[in-house]
Amino acid sequence: MMRFLLLFSRQGKLRLQKWFTPMSEREKKKIIRDMTTMVLSRQPRSCNFLHWKDLKIIYKRYASLYFCLAIENQENELLALEVIHRYVELLDKYFGNVCELDIIFNFEKAYFILDEFLMGGEIQETSKQIVNRCIESSDMLQETMEEYMSKPAF
Amino acid sequence: MSPSVPLQEMIRAIRSARTQCEERGVIQRECAAIRAQFRQADNGGRSHNLAKLLYVHMLGYPAHFGQMECVRMIASPRYSEKRVGYLGAMMLLDEKQDASLLITNSIKNDLSHSSQYVQSLALCTLACMGSAEMCRDLAPEIDRLLRASNSYIKKKAALCAVHIVRKVHDLGELFAPAARSLLSEKNHGVLHGAVVLITELCERNPEALERFRKTVPDLVQIMKGLVISGYSPEHDVAGISDPFLQVRILRLLRILGHNNEAASDAMNDLLAQVATNTDSTKTVGNAVLYETVLTVLDIKSESGLRVLAVNILGRFLLNNDRNIRYIAMMSLQKIVGTDHIAVQRHRGTIVDCLKDPDASVKRRALELSLALVSASNIRSMMKELLIFLSSCPLELRAQAASGIFNAAERYAPSQRWHIDTILHVLTTAGGDVRDETVPNLIQLITTASELHCYTVHKLYRALLTDISQQSLVQVACWCIGEYGDLLLKGDCQETEPVQVTENDVLDALETVLQSHMSSPATRGFALTATMKLSTRITDNVDRIRSIVSIYGSCIDVELQQRAVEYNALFKKYDHMRAAVLERMPVIERNSPGHTNGESSGELVKEVQPVKVKEGDAAPTQQPANQVCDLLDLLGGSEEPLKPTSAQSGPAPGQPINTSNSSGGDLLDLLGGLEPVAFTPAPTVTVYEKNGVTLTLSCEKQSDSSMTVTLTASNSTDSDISSFTLQAAVPKSVQLHMKAPSGDSLPAHGTAKVTQTVVLNNPNKVNLKMRIRVSYTSRGSAFQDMVQVDSFPDSR
Repeated sequence: MMRFLLLFSRQGKLRLQKWFTPMSEREKKKIIRDMTTMVLSRQPRSCNFLHWKDLKIIYKRYASLYFCLAIENQENELLALEVIHRYVELLDKYFGNVCELDIIFNFEKAYFILDEFLMGGEIQETSKQIVNRCIESSDMLQETMEEYMSKPAF
Repeated sequence: MSPSVPLQEMIRAIRSARTQCEERGVIQRECAAIRAQFRQADNGGRSHNLAKLLYVHMLGYPAHFGQMECVRMIASPRYSEKRVGYLGAMMLLDEKQDASLLITNSIKNDLSHSSQYVQSLALCTLACMGSAEMCRDLAPEIDRLLRASNSYIKKKAALCAVHIVRKVHDLGELFAPAARSLLSEKNHGVLHGAVVLITELCERNPEALERFRKTVPDLVQIMKGLVISGYSPEHDVAGISDPFLQVRILRLLRILGHNNEAASDAMNDLLAQVATNTDSTKTVGNAVLYETVLTVLDIKSESGLRVLAVNILGRFLLNNDRNIRYIAMMSLQKIVGTDHIAVQRHRGTIVDCLKDPDASVKRRALELSLALVSASNIRSMMKELLIFLSSCPLELRAQAASGIFNAAERYAPSQRWHIDTILHVLTTAGGDVRDETVPNLIQLITTASELHCYTVHKLYRALLTDISQQSLVQVACWCIGEYGDLLLKGDCQETEPVQVTENDVLDALETVLQSHMSSPATRGFALTATMKLSTRITDNVDRIRSIVSIYGSCIDVELQQRAVEYNALFKKYDHMRAAVLERMPVIERNSPGHTNGESSGELVKEVQPVKVKEGDAAPTQQPANQVCDLLDLLGGSEEPLKPTSAQSGPAPGQPINTSNSSGGDLLDLLGGLEPVAFTPAPTVTVYEKNGVTLTLSCEKQSDSSMTVTLTASNSTDSDISSFTLQAAVPKSVQLHMKAPSGDSLPAHGTAKVTQTVVLNNPNKVNLKMRIRVSYTSRGSAFQDMVQVDSFPDSR
């Protein structure tokens, strides 16, 4: 299973964090620090796979963002690269030519898309089209202001 | 209300802050506003406020006051609020927080909501942060959803079930039947979820594994469908139909086929088909091939299939993509033990990967290369490894050096090659080798007696070029000290002859002594070597004498001590100097924990004859004499020194040992010297009974004091333990017994116990001594008494 997914910029600023196992805030912060230092110090044309503690870290750089995915030892690294790529494709389809700013200003959307693609550390849906359709449908469900105010809060 | 304008405004405000301080100010203001809003009655902005809080949380600021708001929002009927509320729950709440329990009820309600998207929110949150209790509560709901719902919910329920099984292992039983039936679904998402669930169940429970083995034909069928089927736009990735599902199925097949002949047979054809038909031009194809290879190697596959798998790995090694090369080497490393011959075929490619610029690839290549070294390819492999060592990154040097040493030791084709290799490593990476290398190399050199001339020439030349590598310098100094005469003789068959004068050699050693690059241990080596040369050279003994005396006032205590002792050797004991400094015999390779007494029956090879003859010693063991004691300060050998007078061969049946340098004790170089009996003090056997022999020898220290040494040995068949001696002397004599060397006498006289007694006889009375011997042999205690009336006169 996947343990966590981090997105951070080249300056080390976190743009998205998804944790698939329960961890304390302190541990999360430490891991984020470790990952950013490790990944940002890699040479440009080196291998995308790292070893960290008992996990394999797969990272890939897309424009100004680093996608860092931690998987357990028995998982397939090449497939993890495909998972990262698939997520980027989903973001791209949703935002239309996605860039880092899109993810910054619409981070909650990025999370919603991720939650349609991965769940509990595993892949949920293998078809791009289905994921996109679901996101669009859920968005449609979001109420307009009138509908919102007409419904009671509790 | 789509893009959250208030959220985006806040993000913009935070990003425009120029300093960390400014940013903190903005955030504090925003958080205060959010907290106020939370307390207020309902307005249109609740979801925006929570979203703002989540953004602030991602930047690293505390956001725990939003937890209750999350709980409230989850319970709201408004979908936008639910959505953000659940997102907040996943980000802010985890099973360790108390508030997480409060959402259990909301989740339960939402699991039966009319809208599938609300259901999916609940499922997703449960799978993300559901605690064990929540899982237990909601498991029946999940099971229901697994059976009777649409595929959208089924696939999510399956993954939720996976999470539940991970948290509460016993609930696996609950989901097993549903998991089985899900395999007949057509929807890929559901299939994928089902395969993951089954994998999880099989990994945790061997009984479940047995039951699910029956699904192998179904899985093979599904897989075949994926591989053979035409283009399916929904699931296609670069020509491969749903690679994610394929990899998952392969992994499940691996688990099911492991250690099971029948299951492995059932999947043989399929694996062969996947291995041959999968397009390997893109990463995704290679991902599937990789998983296939892992599966083939892990199940009981037939040999043809295994060869196919290893060949795929070999092809990976030649791939341009660095990731694939890395993967290939990792996999080959795993099988190098079992399929050694198959991996050997790819040795050339692996060795080429040593030159890859990527550090991870280099590391893997190094490990794999070391694992592939064998007697047949040692020469060529070593060439490559040595080239690698000279250019490898620093973090790999120690590993490479020790790997090379191990390989050289196991497969060295000749001693000269072995010595050459070690010297090469020391010159290139001397700083990264382990400490035992120096004594190991010295031991190796002493065994290769015909190569002494060659070795010392080579080392001398290495010393002249570079004195910064401490290990190399230490070995070189030692060799020059030992074999300096061969160096000066100049002719050597193996290398070109070079004229080396005594002054050259002494210059070299002095450079080492004075250089600031030399560590204290190295300087100790150099000083000892200089001293040893005093017996091997003829003209410059005075120079050596002056060097030694200068260091008598050195600040380094170790060097000073040595220098003072050598000075003493020059002045007071000059007649012994030659004997003390003669050639060392071959050092026996010591295993850890070796004690002298154990090596019974091991005869030491006498390499060089003693240069100085000094009267025949009686062929009994010599007690440790003073010079030995003096030199032994550094050696610290606990066993009694057993000098052999080379003239008198070993006493019949009595094995003689060198007092062994334990192979790792650098300082023991001198302890390993064999002080030859020069003026043996006379010994007398005072007691001989039941196989126990006690001899006595004395040496007059001054007019009134005398040192008596008692030596005991045991010639019976069984070991003697708790051996103690007690002595009594006439009243006016002062007695001081030093600690004995030990209290056990092994059988057949393989080792002795000595005890020194210092007697002070100021009144010069007639010396007598009563000695009580007590020991345990064969489980019973013995005690005896002997009186010594006359002491042999010492010189």
